[in-house]
Order: sequence, then structure tokens, then C-alpha cells
Amino acid sequence: MNNFSYTRAATVQEAVAALAAEPSAKFVAGGTNLIDLLKYNVERPTRLVDITRLPLRDIEEAPGGGLRIGALVPNSDLAYDERVEQRYPLLTSAILAGASPQLRNAASTGGNLLQRTRCYYFYDPGTPCNKREPGTGCPAITGQNRIHAILGTSEHCIATHPSDMCVALAALDARVQVTGPDGARSIPFAEFHRLPGDRPEIDTTLRHGEVITAIDLPAEDFSANHTYLKLRDRLSYAFALVSVAVALRIEDGVIRDARLALGGVAHKPWRDPDAESLLRGRAPIPEAFQAAAERVLRGAKGFEHNGFKIELARRAIVRALGQAARSTPQTQSDKRIK
Amino acid sequence: MLRDPDLHVGAPRSRIDGVAKVTGEARYAAEHRAPDLAHGIVVSGAIARGRITSIDSSAALAVPGVIQVFTHENRRSTAWLDYNYQDEVAPPGSPFRPLYDAEIHFSGQPVALVVAEDYDAAAYAASLVRITYEAAEHATSLEAQAYKSYVPPKKRSGIKPPSPPRGDAPGAFTASPVMIEADYTHAVEHHNPMEPHASTVIWEGDGKLTVHDKTQGPQNSHSYVVAVFGLKADDVQVKNAYVGGAFGLGLRPHYQLFLAVMAALELKRSVRVVLTRDQMFTLSYRPHSLQTVKLGADRNGKLNAVIHAAVSGTSRFEDYQEDIVNWSGFLYQCDNAAFSYELAKLDTYTPSDMRAPGAATGMFAVEIAMDELAAETGTDPVELRLRNYADKDENQDKPFTSKELRACYAQAAERFGWSRRNPEPRATTEGRELVGWGMASGIWEAFMQKASARARLAADGTLEVATATSDIGTGTYTILAQIGADALGLRMEQVSVKIGDSSLPTSPIEGGSWTAASNGSAVMVACTAVREELFRKARGLDGSPLANVPPERVVFRGGRIAVADDPSRSVAISEVMRAAGLEVIEREETAQQDPATTKRYASYTHSAIFAEVKVDEDLGVVRVTRVVVAVAAGKIINPKTARSQILGGVVMGIGMALHEETMADHNLGRFMNHNLAEYHVPANADIHDIEVIFVEEHDDKISPIGVKGLGEIGIVGTAAAVANAIFHATGKRVRSLPITLDKLL
Repeated sequence: MNNFSYTRAATVQEAVAALAAEPSAKFVAGGTNLIDLLKYNVERPTRLVDITRLPLRDIEEAPGGGLRIGALVPNSDLAYDERVEQRYPLLTSAILAGASPQLRNAASTGGNLLQRTRCYYFYDPGTPCNKREPGTGCPAITGQNRIHAILGTSEHCIATHPSDMCVALAALDARVQVTGPDGARSIPFAEFHRLPGDRPEIDTTLRHGEVITAIDLPAEDFSANHTYLKLRDRLSYAFALVSVAVALRIEDGVIRDARLALGGVAHKPWRDPDAESLLRGRAPIPEAFQAAAERVLRGAKGFEHNGFKIELARRAIVRALGQAARSTPQTQSDKRIK
Repeated sequence: MLRDPDLHVGAPRSRIDGVAKVTGEARYAAEHRAPDLAHGIVVSGAIARGRITSIDSSAALAVPGVIQVFTHENRRSTAWLDYNYQDEVAPPGSPFRPLYDAEIHFSGQPVALVVAEDYDAAAYAASLVRITYEAAEHATSLEAQAYKSYVPPKKRSGIKPPSPPRGDAPGAFTASPVMIEADYTHAVEHHNPMEPHASTVIWEGDGKLTVHDKTQGPQNSHSYVVAVFGLKADDVQVKNAYVGGAFGLGLRPHYQLFLAVMAALELKRSVRVVLTRDQMFTLSYRPHSLQTVKLGADRNGKLNAVIHAAVSGTSRFEDYQEDIVNWSGFLYQCDNAAFSYELAKLDTYTPSDMRAPGAATGMFAVEIAMDELAAETGTDPVELRLRNYADKDENQDKPFTSKELRACYAQAAERFGWSRRNPEPRATTEGRELVGWGMASGIWEAFMQKASARARLAADGTLEVATATSDIGTGTYTILAQIGADALGLRMEQVSVKIGDSSLPTSPIEGGSWTAASNGSAVMVACTAVREELFRKARGLDGSPLANVPPERVVFRGGRIAVADDPSRSVAISEVMRAAGLEVIEREETAQQDPATTKRYASYTHSAIFAEVKVDEDLGVVRVTRVVVAVAAGKIINPKTARSQILGGVVMGIGMALHEETMADHNLGRFMNHNLAEYHVPANADIHDIEVIFVEEHDDKISPIGVKGLGEIGIVGTAAAVANAIFHATGKRVRSLPITLDKLL
């Protein structure tokens, strides 16, 4: 861990100013990922700006019927908030599928969006990595890539985004509220994380100095037909090999609205509007699910050790759509898959 | 049979070190303090093979608080001969010497030690050491190197080489009506005890050192330090009062010990070196191996031929060996058998013993092969094993000291409900899940090693027993107290146990499941000597109630010595000590197995393990919902700590079956998933009911106290039982561990 300066910000403006003034400064909130990365010498900030005292800890009703989640709300509080449990059970389920109770108690909502990939090479400064040190190469492409991406990869990076919560937020069309040196703006969730392309070191569209202040959940109700299905190498406390968030609105036996987001397969939570539109207007039957799965995976590309993810994702999508359609969402406590 | 409620041996007793552990009073190697303690951080190398061409420590040295950066260029001189670096369990070869020269032998090799006034300064400075390398071509893939395999020219002491062939195995195999032939592999596994390897070296002045080391053998570390640094034996004391798990990784001294001692001697001050979790993956591991098992049998499954061959990886500098291929010969009767075991050189660190070394590896293959034979011949898997049951060790042509494996099969099967099993694979479903039941046998060699112990009875009737073994979480403290308490008729609280100190009476390293038998016997023998002396004194007292009573007619009970058939005639131990004017009675004794027994008999612990799995076939998700294991291991001193040993072994076996896998990038020659987020051991959600049965087994030959040991047996066979259950559930035979979900899609 390198030496760094430490500032505790009292207001959002103060936080933004402290970061904007220093190109290698970083915000720290729960620290559940950043502190590890500091210890591994992967992140070497010159200054940590502690934002844990900012007044961003509330979950409030948003104008128009949705919820506004303060960026510092701990993951556990968010998952167990009664309004979230009732109106956005998909989000609760996705959060509870991730990490451990201890980590969820410490991790913040905003920080969850900014956690970095679990790619082995990214974590090991003894190896090359384009995401950690641009231009050094990507050994994962020809190396140990069991946990890596099958969609949206580039010749520079095949890392995945590790979050479960973000997969649900993507499916729910959340918006990310940020404030930076140039003022506040709102980023649609689909545009918040980016694909690696030729700049894999950049995970998101957040600009330096911008702080996440809140996540807005729109007022749409998917509480009747949803699921979060996560598949991993052990039954808890492991990152997703493939995860699927599904939110459906079914009326009179017809899918009126469909949301389908995948985790563990790409550099960002993966949504495919074409696949979703294939579902709209159709009866919730396996053939429709299969067609949507095929659509999502049409461009999937496997590497030496992760080719199985393509078939796994196909099956997981079909299973998850079935769970959602039958109103039997996957519980995160019983590991039997419904 | 009613138990005597005053006796401790055989009764479930809670750990006597438990309170110290849960309150934090117990200090582990990295937790000992010293005034003026300096902190060392290891810099790990990046390449798998080659040379260091330059080391630039200037930026590191400029960090405030940094005292020194040690490298091969400025380290103090140490011993020249390999002999001095060879510890008690070193395999043949040339042990790795930290910071010896510019040569790189494996990825993650320590290349520098940064020592600073505080941990954070050292850690930061370590990130600033700039090293350049000239890389040479490396080879880390066993699959790629297996064609160059060889029979190790020098045998590792204490490890059985492949038994000589008997009969005509190849001929009998090809002539057999039923032939099973398959290849089996398992992943590299790292031990990953919770406590990382660490050494705190306290500079006592005048060149004297007290070393708190993470080890399974304080005397092993002691001899290593003395020999490598040319110190006087009396100037070094190694302690390991508490060990946070080890699983075999603490058998050999590791590089943090060398580095901490080196820095302390050089700086003449106390130094602590703690490895990070990633650095724990630069130490030893269970080697990857490629196995072939061929079973030839008649149509009823009676074996005609067993051929078991294995190739394992080792380092380029040492021939690590373990017994992978002999186990079928100890378990099953078969007239024609052939075994082979070869090594292939890899540019990695030397592998080492990891819980049930060799047996966990070999038995997973043998016991899946037996399941394949059962399926092929339509024989019930338990019945198949009974049909081939060995009544003697066929490899060595020796009878067993005891073998209650039949009772293990019967009791575990009964408890599991095996008789209700539908033999057809894929026949049972529960909702979306396929249900499978599988079983396997387990076996581990029962050892007793020569060990010494001291017993010291104080005037107040309290007893201290001492021997230089270690408690790595197994319950050694507790069982030694139980043995001592029973020997003199005391309460557990009246007995204190001193272990984990090189200055105590001689003990082998803690390992091989031999500690209870070896050190337990030594404590028993020492306590018996104290008891005899005490009795002599008691009988000789004026007006002694024991006058003229022969020793076999007295009992030691409740702190008193009494005539067995006339309890009114008794005297308190403290009264004897007072009246005889004794401060202490102290005896040091050595226990060892009768060499004639070793020569005439073979001795093993056995188990039968039954597992239930539920498999979501569509998604490859496996849940191990139930395990029943019956163990025959001679006398069980403490059913509570014994059960914990077996539970831990079974959990580790489930990990071997489904989760544990260290993945190497062979382009870089480096293990990549080097942390506990990505190296998966079972989580609570992966573990359901595990029921442990101890089968009554009387053994008067293996050790004076009839104990066989329990540390390893829980893991042996478990992976096969799980794999066999998965076959029964799905009809898919997976012969490569771990069985991750992709292998079932």
C-alpha cells in the first residue's frame, strides 16, 4: 500500500472540490473493494477523500413514484428496506446474492457500482494487465479465463463486472445521479458502465471529480414477476459465473414488458433490447424464452476456459424467465434452484 | 457398557485451549510482541524461471522508517551444504535457499525482504523495489511435461515406494471378463490454513533468539535455524504454542522463517515476517497428478487385476514423493497387481504433504474405479467392496493390527439407509433435482512414532505434562490432559499441558495422524512412571493405609490413591507429597512401538463414507445434502474433538470434490487465483448434514494406548463418494476434480 493523504469531506461540494484538485485522488466510502486494491498495490491514490459523512444515507420517495437511494446507504439496509422489498424485490434478491453479510453491511450503494473486476491478472501486479497498466497486454485472453467475459470483449480486455446489485439496477432502468465540478447530471444505468474497447482502464462514464449522490429507481412495478438467478462455483460467497436478472410485466397471459440483464458475462451488466422486444407481446412459454436467450447470446464468444458460459447463460436465461413468469423467484437462502 | 464417569479418556471433553482461543488470549506466531520489533515484508518475484539482472532498492530505502532491504546481494552468509537445509521431512534434493543467488526457480519466489520500523512503511517500500529479470523458458504444466516423467532415483524417507508387482497384472487384466480402465486427475490444491505463515523472532541479546514460528514442529524449525545459520542449539528456542491450522503446510520450515531469522541476526533486533494470503500460494501445495487405474474382474466384480499408475509434479530442485498408488493393495484382495509412480519436473516450488498426502489423491481414483466396476457388473458398491475385502496387507504380506472396515460399511450403510438405494442412475428425482447416493472407502496408514514426554506432579497434586509436539487445531492439548488426568486420577483442571516449544522433550513433528498415538503414549508412559513413584512413597509412609497393598490393587481416583476393593483405605496425593517431603515428582520417558510389531504387522485406519447429492442437471449445480461416515481408528480418546477432526476432513473432501483448484497460467508459469475469494473452499451453504460414527475397534499393537489417529482419514474417499453420488444422480462419470458445474452441463 502506498502512502496517501486523507481528507474527510463534510459536503458534496467539498468532496467534489477535493477530488477535482488532484488527478490521482479517490473517494472512499465502505472501502470493501478499494482497501483490498490498495493492499495489492493495484490502486495507488495520492489522496483518499472520505465521503462517509456526506448526508447521502436516506432512501426517499422520488417525485413520480419511484425511490431515490442515497449513495451511502449500506447494501444491507437497501436490501432489507421495506419499500424496496415490496416494490423492488428483484433488487433485494440481487443484493442478497452477493458477497457476505459482513461485506454487505459495510459496502455502500454508490461503491457497489464502482467495484472493479475480479480478473486474476488485474489483482496481481506481478502480471501484465491493460486495465491496471494500459498497454502492457492481456494475459487472460490466452490464460486463465474461466471467469471472464463472453460478450462485448475486446482484444485488450475480457474482464467482467462483478456486481450482482448492478445487474438488477440495469434491469430496473435505474438512473445514477452524480455531482461533479460542472454540476449535477443524471446517467441512465445502461450508459454508466462501459465496454472495454481500447480503453479497458476506464470502467464507467463517471468523470474525475464526479461523485455518485443517489440511484433513482423508476416507478415501474415488476414485483409480481421477477427473479435473480446466480450461478457460481460454490453456493455462496462467490462471484457469478453467470447471473440473470429478469423483470416481467404479464397481463392476460401476455408479456407486456420484459427486462433481462446478465451478470458475469461482460464488462458491464449486459442488457439486450432486441432480446427483450422479442419477449414483448408473447406468451410466457419456453419457446419464447429460448428465442430471447439465443438473441442475447448471438454474438457470444468463448475463450479456452469459459466457453461453457455460453451454454450456461442460455440455460440460465430460460430458467430465470420461467421462474419470473411462474412468480417463483429464486430465493437466496435456499440454494435449490427453482 | 457403562462408562466410569470419573474417567476422561473416551469421554467427550471440550478443548482446554478453547477459552484462550476465543478470547484472543492465545497468541499466534504473528501476534507476539517485543520492544523495538521491526517488520519485514517479502518482495515476491514475477517470473517462473531465469535470473535477476538488477535490483534497485533506492526508492524503498528512501521511505522513512525503512531499515534495510535484504537481497541475495547483501544477505549474510549461511550454510553451504544442502544437508544443513534439509529438515525432518525434506524430500531428496537440494532445498530452496531464500535470497541465495540471482537464480529464479519459481514464480513468487522471495527476492527481497524489506525491513522497517512499522508494517506499513515496509509494505509501501516493498512496492518500490525495482527488479529486472532475464527470463528463461519455463515449464509448469504437468500435462505438457508428463512425457519426461521418471522414477525418483532416491526414495523419500518414510514414504512407501510403489509395491513390487505380484502375479501377472497386465496378463490378468486383459484376460478379465470385465475391464475398467480410466484416467483420473485432480487440481493443484493449496493448504490455506486460516493463519498465514509467520515468524516473530525475538532478539534476546547475546545472539540468543526466541522464535515464534508457524510450524507443526518446533524442533524441526529449531534444527533448521541452528544448522542454516550456524548457531548454538542452546541459543535458539522455537515456540508455536498455538497454530491456526496447517494441514501439512507447517511440516517444513518455510522462507519466512529463514528471512526473519536472517534479518534479526543481521540487525540484532527483533523482527517479524508475515506472509500475505497471495504469498501463501507461493509455498507448497498438493501436487497435480495424472493417474490411470485399471481393474480387471470377473462378472461378479471379484478383482483379478489391479494396475495403478500415477505421474505427479515436483519442483526442479527436490523430488517430493507421496504414496498415491499402493492403497488398493492394502484394501482389496487381488492376486495380480502392479503399481507405478513417477515424477515430472516443473518450475514451481516443491509440493508438500497436504492432509492425507497421496491417499486423498490415489483413493479418489481407486474408489471411483471401484464404483465403475460396481456399475459395470451390476454389483452393489458396498457388496463389491466386501467381495474384495482384504484380510491382510497384500502389498507387504502382513496381517493387520486391526481392521474393522466391515463394521464401518455396515454401520454407515445402515445409518444412511443404503438398502433403499435404487441401483439405477438417474432413477430418483426430487423436484427439478436428480438425487444420487454414492459411497467410498477410506484408508490411512496408522503410525506411531518415537516420542518423549515429561510428567511433573507438584505438591498440591497438580500435574504438568510436556512434550515438543504441536496442536494445530486438532485437540492435542485436550487429549494429553485427559490421558494425564486418568493416569493419576485427577480432574482435567488439575492438569496443564505444555507443548509447542523446542526445549521440551523430543517429539516428531505433528503430522501423519500420529500425534495422539505417539505423544499420547509418551505422556501415558511418563505419567505411569510418576504414578509408580508416588505409589512407592505412599506405601512407605508411616501408618500408610496402602501398606503391603500391591500396585495392581490400587486405583488413583479423585486426587486420592485407594485400595480398589476397599475404598475406605485411601490417601490424598497432596498428603503423600507433604508427608514424604516432596516438592515434585518428575519423570521423562520415551514411548515407541515395539519394532517387532512394525515388522510383523501393518496398521491402517479405515472409513466408509456415504454421500447424497442433489443435482440440478440443467445448470450443473450440485448440493451435497447428506454425508454419513463411519471410522475405525482404534481407541477414541475424545469423541468430541475426534468428531471435529472427521467433520473437518469431510468438509475438505467435499472441497476437493467440488471446489478447490489452484489455477496456473502456464504462459506466465504462475498460480493465478491466489486469494480466498477466487480459491474456493466450501462455504457454509455448501455443507449440510454430516454424521460421524466411530466404530468400536480394539487394537493392542499399534500403540500402547490403542490409538490410531484421525487427522487424515476424514478426507480420504470423500471426493470419490461425492463423485460416485453425482454419477448415480446423473449418469455422468466425472474423473477430474473439482467437479465444477461446467463438467456437468
